[in-house]
Order: sequence, then structure tokens, then C-alpha cells
Amino acid sequence: MAGRHYLTLTEEERREMLMAIGVDSVEDLFDDVPQEVRFQGDMQLPPSLAEGEAYKHLSSLAGQNKNARECVSFLGGGVYDHFIPSVIKHITGRSEFYTSYTPYQPEVSQGVLQAIFEFQTMICQLTGMDVSNASLYDGATALAEGAIMACGATRRSRVLVSASVSPFYREVLKTYLNSRGIALDVAPMQEGKTDRESLEGFFQKDTAALILQQPNFFGMLEDMDGVADLAHSRGALLVVAADPLSLPLVKTPGEYGADIVAGDGQALGNPVSFGGPLLGFFAARQKLVRRMPGRIAGETVDREGNRGFVLTLQTREQHIRRERATSNICSNQALNALAAAAYMAAMGPAGMQEAAGLCLQKAAYAREQLTSMAGFDLAFPGTYFKEFPLKVPGEPKLINEKLLAHNILGGLDLGAYYPELKGAMLFCVTENRTREEIDTLVRVLEGWK
Amino acid sequence: MREAKALLFEISKKGRRGYSLPACDVPEKPLGDLLPSQMRREEPLELPELSEVEVIRHYTALSRRNFGVDTGFYPLGSCTMKYNPKINEETASLPGFAFLHPLQDESTLQGALALCYYAEEGLKEVTGMDRISLQPVAGAHGELTGLMVIQAYHRSRGEGERNKVIVPDSAHGTNPATATMAGYEVVQIPSDERGLVDVEALKVALGPDTAALMLTNPNTLGLFEEDILEIARLVHEAGGLLYYDGANLNAIMGFARPGDMGFDVVHLNLHKTFATPHGGGGPGSGAVGVKDRVAPFLPVPTVEKEGDRFYMDFDRPRSIGKVHSFYGNFGVVIKAYTYLRMMGAEGLKQASADAVLNANYLMHRLKKTYHLGHDRHCKHEFVLSARAQAKQGAGAGDIAKSLLDYGYHPPTVYFPLIVEEALMVEPTETEGKETLDGFADALEKIAAVIEEDPEKIRMSPYRTPVGRLDEVKAVKDLKIRWKAK
Repeated sequence: MAGRHYLTLTEEERREMLMAIGVDSVEDLFDDVPQEVRFQGDMQLPPSLAEGEAYKHLSSLAGQNKNARECVSFLGGGVYDHFIPSVIKHITGRSEFYTSYTPYQPEVSQGVLQAIFEFQTMICQLTGMDVSNASLYDGATALAEGAIMACGATRRSRVLVSASVSPFYREVLKTYLNSRGIALDVAPMQEGKTDRESLEGFFQKDTAALILQQPNFFGMLEDMDGVADLAHSRGALLVVAADPLSLPLVKTPGEYGADIVAGDGQALGNPVSFGGPLLGFFAARQKLVRRMPGRIAGETVDREGNRGFVLTLQTREQHIRRERATSNICSNQALNALAAAAYMAAMGPAGMQEAAGLCLQKAAYAREQLTSMAGFDLAFPGTYFKEFPLKVPGEPKLINEKLLAHNILGGLDLGAYYPELKGAMLFCVTENRTREEIDTLVRVLEGWK
Repeated sequence: MREAKALLFEISKKGRRGYSLPACDVPEKPLGDLLPSQMRREEPLELPELSEVEVIRHYTALSRRNFGVDTGFYPLGSCTMKYNPKINEETASLPGFAFLHPLQDESTLQGALALCYYAEEGLKEVTGMDRISLQPVAGAHGELTGLMVIQAYHRSRGEGERNKVIVPDSAHGTNPATATMAGYEVVQIPSDERGLVDVEALKVALGPDTAALMLTNPNTLGLFEEDILEIARLVHEAGGLLYYDGANLNAIMGFARPGDMGFDVVHLNLHKTFATPHGGGGPGSGAVGVKDRVAPFLPVPTVEKEGDRFYMDFDRPRSIGKVHSFYGNFGVVIKAYTYLRMMGAEGLKQASADAVLNANYLMHRLKKTYHLGHDRHCKHEFVLSARAQAKQGAGAGDIAKSLLDYGYHPPTVYFPLIVEEALMVEPTETEGKETLDGFADALEKIAAVIEEDPEKIRMSPYRTPVGRLDEVKAVKDLKIRWKAK
């Protein structure tokens, strides 16, 4: 029988157990299911596959895709092809980690709990914030949780988000806030970044948070000077979506006064994986700690005084507080957080600075090479990290088709998300790209009309 | 014997490195040209510095201080800690999946979209629902998505004033928390003496302000809601929708389907029923299934098929919108799909049959020692009460700690809230009879020790990497990050 090797009972044991219970058959154990809802017949599923057959079937599906390993990828937009040290998958592949549940029994979950405690610490070190949690789903939902938390902290019910924040994040934000009856205002951009001139005018009396992204969706660095003061002067919090891999070099949200940082940590040691699983990370000021969503690992001692770790501040959470919880989150992205922690441990400060520096240098080189061609121009002047928006002399779709013929995954068509940017593409250049690959990109696009 | 494990930060030594990056192969510019100094980080980056072998040994040591399904029996009620097949790890890490960018052109994603489509087809058949969204990444995320879909449905009919969600008192904490998160008021109804929804109380709670009833079936006591058809009728008559929390679907695959019971919206926990690993807390996948009349409100995108071509449909004007940056936890869906294909209809039904058999067998053995409030056939899990033991001096929490010394992960304790000193046991189908007997022996021994010397159990565990941890101190002296002295 299919899947038999995942079951352990023998026919004889089944009989023995039924006898012990005092019933004739397993069907008898379902006698409380009303006849009218008993499923008749067999479920219509494809015939079951043996392990080797399943592997072939899945390999064949995987083979129908073109992936960023067989192609050279210049795609970003929130999910990134960064270097993943080999150690990561060996660490996340330890089944004591990956086959465990949420660490409800701390005495046999010290591995996961200590790893989370270390993860929280490193997220704080990276962002310059005081406290962090064990992870949320992804950048978009982390940002939505940040917005909701800001509404709770300020007892207000409006959120202001810049148009330069990822359209994917803004769409999720809209879904979350709409359901809860929180209004969402959008502050416009000027030349590819938040328009500081008009920003203040978009604050309303009940604006709870200003949400910015750094670098923003176009890879451009926003001018963060004075933004926190502006938000605070209007009684709102500053919530920032940050690219964690920019933070070794770029001024931290802690330094420019953000209250909440929420973002996606996929770049830290996790593969692109068709956009999931990702890793929502979340950090905040100390005074907001009791409003944070999600699991938090904390230090304590055992009976003998040895240091150990537990889930703490659980009275914020759904399993204790039920309808009064700070969030409904239960499962998070613990294994992805473990990957991120192992990544930061392996890379250390020097490795992360080096990786960020390589992104900066290579993206600058690509920008220079691409814009040296007629018709290819930077959409906006500015300071960029690893992505940049490029006006192109043709249909982005056709350009990408040509690139794909050369096994290159080209840039993102920005017109799909910003009508005013029709004919512009977002290119991403990470430390994984080589000069040769960038030169090939340029060569293929040369003479495009 | 017991020893704390040093933190990464405590074994760090300046100058060590555990990475290898290539030299910069493009003409390098001064950093100041690319990143003006006022935009630069000034605060030193104080991450730990370790060599590669130190990183590996650190995490290997941590893994040995952790208990997973691969370590031993994990009968954590409502969590379905079944064995996680290894083939699933391999199929999910195929480069054609793991290195797929979500924003690639559809023509380069046909295999991934086909997988999502086939997974949806399979889950539709198992649940009896008309459409499935694979967007939500966790059970609670599925609940939230499901309630938003219900909300959009009511609003579309001009019934946006329906502002109450009813949950039984036996519900998972995520149900009421989710209802709040979706902007609803929560109405809790009691269970009756059978441990089932009190239908009379439900009638009182239902009204023109009812948006939905959230129900787990079998419920968290492991009991099938026998009155489900009556419940569905009442909810629908009141104009509400019926929401199925799929945490306990593992009990009934091939025996009954939420779609046939009258549920309008369901969420599944692919990380429970479909054998994908829990990862120490995630990632999961909380796929949501719906009946046709609420399908237009599902989050975007959906995966559609036209001829031989698969595509993502973002153009769904009545959709609630996006609930995830991209398309959910695809990596988890691959594992669940692999499992689904290997089990097939017969295998899934046998899995549920064995899950229910294991639970009933264990319940039958243990009810002699521990109080069983509802002595009738259970489904895939059952709830004992250690109230007698608590009176003797060691309760459910102590018993759980003592089980650790026997090499078992304890059941869920103190849940559901309606059972005093609850021990919620879910053995799953992947365990054998010896394991169940060994576990029952241990629980019997513990009960015997409590009669003689409850202090001994209260002081447990004795054989774990750390002794019983002080959770009160963790809150009082809140320390949730390491800081240099």
C-alpha cells in the first residue's frame, strides 16, 4: 500500500489494538460521524507514487522552470539572490531543529530557544534597535504588524505610507488594514523617493505611523534625516522596512530614530524559493516590547542556577490572551530565522560589510555600463544600494525575452506597478554577479532599438 | 553535569572569519563616492566573529539540546507531529524550485505553477472544497485570510454590519485572536456535557450580526461534532458562514470532508496533516479552501490553467487583495504535494485510520490511570485530566516535565482550557504499538510516583540539558538579547 513505509502498525497490531479497545473495526471508531456526512467511495486522487517515482515527477516539474542557478539573475524587488554559505543548509538540515515544534517545553528545546535568542540579539545589532522577536512571516506581513502595533501604541487608526515603499508590501498592508478598519494614506514620491516637501501635509490628526522603506523599492536611499522628528512631532511612530544586508554600511534605523523596524530577512542565508518561505524580522524600541507580536525568547535560569532560555512575555500571545492578544501569529518562520542567524554568525561583521560593499560596487559598475548605452538612463538621480531603476529604449517584456534567450533573467518591469514608470526596469546586482555576467548583460542589450 | 551552552557572542574572537567571498572584480570606487558619509552607519557592527568550524560546532551542540520528531515520540496535541518524510526535503531543495525567483516571467515558471495547480486539485478533493489558495503561510495566517474572505463576502452583499464571530470555548487561541485581528468582536459559546458545541447556546448567540462560526471538527477534545449538519443549518439560516479550523483534519481524511459538512471556508495546516516539518516553529503553510460562492474573494493571485499553460491571475476585482509578499510558502507546498502524491487516496485514508486507532488505543489504556472526561471514541487525539494527580501534589505541568526524563515529548498541557489539568495527547499514525505502550507505561509510572512522592515529580526533569526553567524570572528580569558587559 502507498505510503506504507510512513506507517508503523502491522495488520496484526491493528487487530490486537482494536480488540483491546473492544471494537471490531476501525470503521466503528467513526460511528459518531453522521451517515449523511460520511464520505462514500474513494477520494479521486492520482495514483500514488513510490519514492523514486515521486522524485522523478517532482524533478520533471522543477525542470520545467528556469532557475537563477542555470540563468544569471538581475531580478530583485524584495527577494534576492545573495551568497549562501554552505554551512547554512547543514545547520538547518539538523533534524533535531527542523522536526521540532514551537519550543513549548524549554528543557528539551534549548537549541531552538538559544538560537532565537542569538537571532534576536543579532537583529538588534544589525538594526540598532533595542528588542526583536523570533520572526514573522515575511517583510510584507511584518510591516502590516508594525502598522497595527503603532495604531495600538498611539491609540490612533490611520497609517501613512510612502509610494516608494514596495508595492507588494503596500498591497498586503492595504488588505490587513482594510479588514481592521484602519485608513491607509499614501504619501507621493518626487524623483523616485518620498517627497519631503509635501510629506508633512499628509499627516492627519489620527495618523499612527509613517512607513518608509530603506533603501526604497527602487533601491534608492531615502533621506532619513529629520523624518523621525517629523513623525514624532505629529504624535506618530516611524516604521521602517529595511534591507538587512544594507545595514552593515547604511545608517541604521536606530541611528535615525525609527520606532519599529520590519523587513524581510530572506537575504540572510535563505534561497529565493519562488518567494517563500521568506523571513519577516521585527525590531522595536524597548518601550514597545510588550506590544510586539510573535514569539520572544528570553533568558532565565534553571533550578540549579544554570542559564537557559524560554519563550517569554507569553501573555501577549494568542494561546494565553486569546481575543486580547497583540497578534494572532502562532507559527512563524523559525527555521528561516535559524538560517539567518547561522548566516550572520558565519559572515560576521567583516563578511556582511564585505558582501554589502560588493553589492554597492557591482551595482554601481552595472549602472555605469548600462547607462553608457544610448537610450538606457537612470530613471532618477540618487544614491543606490544594489538595485536601480533604468529607463530602457523598448518594451521591457521584449528586452527580457531577448535576455532570457541568453539565459539572463532581466530586470523587473516597473510599469506594471507604477504607471508613470512605463518603459523602466528595476535591475538588481548582488555580490553573486560577476563582472563577466554584467558585461554580458550589457553586450546583449547593446544596440537595442 | 548540567552546563549552559556558551553564546555565539561569548565564543567570538576578534579577527576570526567563517566566510569566503570573492575579490571585487569590477573597478572599485571609493566608498564615499557611492555612499555619502551622512548616509553611512556609524555605530560599530558588533556581530560575533567565528571560524567556520566554530559555527558548525556551535549549532551542532545546540541541535543536541533540542528534541524533534526524529529524536522521539512527540504526542503534542493539536500539533500533529507525525514523521516528516525525507524525500520531501529533497524535492523541495531541487534547484528548479529553490532558486526560482517569484518575479520571473511566467513562461519560466510553468513547473512551479503546475505544482501549485495540482496541489490545489488534490487538496480540493481531500476537503471537498471548490477552490484552494496556497497564499497563507501558517494556520493563523490562513484563519485571518479566511475571515477576511468572509468579511468581503458579507460586505459585497451589503451586510458589512455583521461584526461578530462565534467561537466555542474549546477553540484554539488563534481563533479568537484572529477574529480580533480581522476587526471582529468575539462571542464565546460553551461546550455541553458531551464536550460538543452547545446547540442551544449557539442558537442564542446567532443573529443578524453573526459573520461566522469558527469550528474545529473533530474539536480540540478530539471529539467529532455530531450535530454538525444542524449547526451548519443554523449558522446559514442566520446568514453567517461556517469556518473550519483544519488543525484536526488528520483525523478524517477519506472518512469525511468539511466541504460535505457545510463548511464554507476552511484552512489547512499543511505542516500538520501533510507531513511537512514544523521547523522549530515554522515555516508552515495555511492553505485556505472555499466554496464557490466565496471564491471570488480569495487573495490574489490564484493559479489558473488555460490549455497547457498555467498562469497567475491577479485580475480578480472582488479579491481581498494580497496577504503575502509573493505566493505563500511555496517551499512547504512542494513537500506537502510530494506527500500527497506518495500517499494517494488509500494512503491518506489509512493514515487517518491509524491516527484514530492509535489515539483510541492509548486513551483506552490511560483512562484507567488518568481521568477521562468524555469516555467515548475519540478521533486522532484525546484529553485526559490530571486533576486527581494535581490534588496529590503534582499536576499536568509536572507530569509533562517528568515525561521528558523518559525520552518523550510531553502532550499539550493546560489546553483546551475547559478541561482542568489537561493533558492533550495526539499520537499520530506514524507511531507503532511499542511506542504507545512505552509512553503509557511511563505515564502510569509517573502517576504511581505521584501517589508516593509527588515532590519527586515536581522537581523533574532530571535528565534534560537544563533543569526546570524559571519562566516567572524570565518575565520579571526581562532579558531578550545579549549585551556586552
